[in-house]
Amino acid sequence: MANLKEVKQRITSVSSTQQITKAMKMVAAAKLRKAQDKILRMRPYSQKLTSILNDVVAAMGGELQIAYAEQRPVENVLLIPMTSDKGLCGAFNSNAMKATNNLLESEFKGKNVTILPLGKKSFEFYSKRGYAVIGDYYTVFNDVNFENVREIALFAMNSFTSGKFDKVVLIFNHFKNVATQEITVEQFLPMGAPDSSEKENFNSLDYILEPSKEYIVEDLVPSALKTQFYKAVLESNASEHGARMTSMDKATENANELLKELKLMYNRTRQAAITNEILEIVAGANALEGK
Amino acid sequence: MMQLTIITPDQKVFEGEVTEATFPGASGSFQVLKNHAAIVSALAKGNVSYTTKEGKQSHVIEGGVVEVNDNKIVLLAEKVIG
Repeated sequence: MANLKEVKQRITSVSSTQQITKAMKMVAAAKLRKAQDKILRMRPYSQKLTSILNDVVAAMGGELQIAYAEQRPVENVLLIPMTSDKGLCGAFNSNAMKATNNLLESEFKGKNVTILPLGKKSFEFYSKRGYAVIGDYYTVFNDVNFENVREIALFAMNSFTSGKFDKVVLIFNHFKNVATQEITVEQFLPMGAPDSSEKENFNSLDYILEPSKEYIVEDLVPSALKTQFYKAVLESNASEHGARMTSMDKATENANELLKELKLMYNRTRQAAITNEILEIVAGANALEGK
Repeated sequence: MMQLTIITPDQKVFEGEVTEATFPGASGSFQVLKNHAAIVSALAKGNVSYTTKEGKQSHVIEGGVVEVNDNKIVLLAEKVIG
């Protein structure tokens, strides 16, 4: 039988760990709400932008003739994996890095790959392993807003148009719901045809387009790209907090179970000790009487 | 009265009724009054101003796009200052 004092110590240690995981869960829940809020707030902007862009492109005859859509033979690739700054969020980070490693091993094997990690975890992972890493932006999750994210998107876009990279790929956790994250590999550049799923009713023929269709498209496409990038960052951010919340919830639950077992063990040990003591006393009394 | 909405990726800056709005169009500043023809215009960096019941207000934007249709104005800007 285990020692009473030892069991008691374990109970205290488990319950204080449980308090920490409980607090972390609550913090993650609050942060998740904020992150979801951000996604909701940018939705009207992105929807309107997509719908205007779609219709102007449709008015031009459908084909995009801009630098961001240029298809080149792929030699130099920029991968942008998005992870978190901190751990304790389940498989969130390892999923993103696994997907990135998969790309490195298969699709882009033998190509000249550069990695632009977002989030401290992937930054540390890839710099330690000797990949070509651009480490200027990995702290973006300290303060997620459009201003900061725009800078990164601009960097990627400029290095694409200048020919430094022929392809830019985003790897991030798509936020399905609080408990589920879906790893997503999305080609950022060259950009595909505009997404028509968010289309509103809009008859472009009735519109005056100032100063010209071409000008508007050239003006809107970079905005649309930045918005797409921002969306991915927000998704990843929300997923991180969702993942942390679920994993901390699990941890709290496990601690509960462990505590139950420990308490049972404690009481059993205590009872055994008492029974033992009584037995000894009775035996002692009997021995005295029988003298 | 027209309905004006100013949105950025981070927030809704303004939503409400206005009697008049002026935008820094890419090829020159222009004003939108009631029953303006439907238009989509790219905007340059500059001053957006509009008049509500409370008076005249203005923001500085760093470019964007505006859509006017059926007395509804939607302004998309990447960044609004002030």
